[in-house]
Amino acid sequence: MSSLRPDLAHIASLINADARVLDLGCGKGDLLAHLQENKAVNGYGLDVDPENIRICLEKGVNVIEQNLDEGLSNFQDSSFDMVVMTETLQSVRAPDHTLKEMLRIGEECIVTFPNFGHWRCRAQLLSVGRMPISRDLPHAWFDTPNIHLCTCKDFEQLCRALGLRIIHRRVVSPHYNESKWISLLPNLLGTTAFYRLGRAK
Amino acid sequence: MNLTRASVGLVAPRIYHHEAPFLLQCGVSLPSYELVYETYGSLNNESTNAILICHALSGHHHAAGLHNADDRKPGWWDSCIGPGKPIDTNLFFVVSLNNLGGCHGSTGPRSNNPKTGQAYGPEFPTVLVRDWVTTQAHLADHLGIEQFAAIVGGSLGGMQAMQWAIDYPNRIRTAIIIASAAKLSAQNIAFNEIARQAITSDPNFFAGRYAENESNPDQGLMLARMIGHVTYLSDDGMREKFGREIKSGNPQKGDDVEFQVESYLHHQGKSFSQVFDANTYVLMTKALDFYDPASEHDNDLATALNDVRARFLVVSFTSDWRFSVERSQEIVDALVSAGKNVATAIIDSEHGHDSFLLPISRYFDVLHAYLRHLYKELDTNVRPA
Repeated sequence: MSSLRPDLAHIASLINADARVLDLGCGKGDLLAHLQENKAVNGYGLDVDPENIRICLEKGVNVIEQNLDEGLSNFQDSSFDMVVMTETLQSVRAPDHTLKEMLRIGEECIVTFPNFGHWRCRAQLLSVGRMPISRDLPHAWFDTPNIHLCTCKDFEQLCRALGLRIIHRRVVSPHYNESKWISLLPNLLGTTAFYRLGRAK
Repeated sequence: MNLTRASVGLVAPRIYHHEAPFLLQCGVSLPSYELVYETYGSLNNESTNAILICHALSGHHHAAGLHNADDRKPGWWDSCIGPGKPIDTNLFFVVSLNNLGGCHGSTGPRSNNPKTGQAYGPEFPTVLVRDWVTTQAHLADHLGIEQFAAIVGGSLGGMQAMQWAIDYPNRIRTAIIIASAAKLSAQNIAFNEIARQAITSDPNFFAGRYAENESNPDQGLMLARMIGHVTYLSDDGMREKFGREIKSGNPQKGDDVEFQVESYLHHQGKSFSQVFDANTYVLMTKALDFYDPASEHDNDLATALNDVRARFLVVSFTSDWRFSVERSQEIVDALVSAGKNVATAIIDSEHGHDSFLLPISRYFDVLHAYLRHLYKELDTNVRPA
């Protein structure tokens, strides 16, 4: 499992052995397979893509076929220590509702998303006057699954409005580096935002 | 998927004789019993690669291969069991039996009651899913299988797999539950009761003593099967398969008209009535109706599953309204709530409940992937790296 994506490796480092983990939009199950192998964590992953599900089954990952947009009401309050959602927030129908649900069923949650406030996005919109297309956001506006793009500032405002506590923020470059420059101007220079959230105290 | 898919070839059923008395859940004891079963593939030296197939309402032991070279049809799940198939007999040793109370060779209503010297008929005691599981465990003992790598079942078969995980947590590694439920809904029980009424109200039923009266409730069995069959299909599936096509007669001329769908149901019903025992049908539908493992735990399924150690795969089909996706979801929610290992797949299919018997590509991919991982795991356990 040396090839774990850097963002997933970072998330894995934050999860304790024996933690109860739910991964929303678990994709090919890399995070859960890594946790299973290295931390004896038997989490669950939600996904709807048949090919992703098949790959998860081949890895022995507990993948559950469930559409996030149809809600998470089947999961009980505080039934997980950590609810993870990587690169999926921007494609759910109601991100605010999903976030609230994540912190109802989980003690804490980790959310990552592409930062739409990155200077390249701003520059493309300003100079060309068209919706930005980048490595992280490769789709045209009409067929993109990313229907709820936001900037770090937008996200933090939503967290305040929902009464969610930001435990830790990390905004990074495409290579998952957190440079001094980015930490000075995260919303302008970071491409990927990573937030660890808890319930308001 | 592997391209070398073939049949298990010619197979011969065998009989397991249980010579000791067996006390059923209902309190009645059978002095002895027999189970007819088949096996495909070979048991490895460590006896870790066995898979048990649990049949549904009208199933039996003959799941794969042919009994005779000129058989018209192979076993009922031949598409899924065989070399290179999802349940790969190159890797696994597959055991398939006819359940106690059945009518395909295991002890059941057609068997002789040693106390009376007559067939049991309607006096055959009530059999519950738990009894099936216990007798299947006896068969496993006989075959030298301490733990099944997987127990697989669709519909009523899925209930047996679940009960195995509850009753013998150390003897089942994975439970594969397909198009099933943790209990029947009122609607489901209602359909079973209509089927039972169709049988028992047939004048040829003779209160279950039809054999002694040299008769058979053909009409009742046919009706029961027709009702069942409609509930195993979906509206869309029937439209696709039959539409309003007319098989014979011209409605304009005032003929006796038979639609394709009618002809199909008549055929299904008739052939069923020739092979299936009416008392067994009543007995099996009751086992289905009574199944409710949560009832012993304040109706909390998660508590009922608290001691299971098996990993679960729960598969359901979008157009199945007899055992709907929601019923499978209830099993999954309870397993998650109990902190058990579970994976799921919801297969797009228009074939209703019948889907679980069909070679649907994604369905087979799911089984294949899951069992491939299971095999790798067994392999690592047997020969540690």
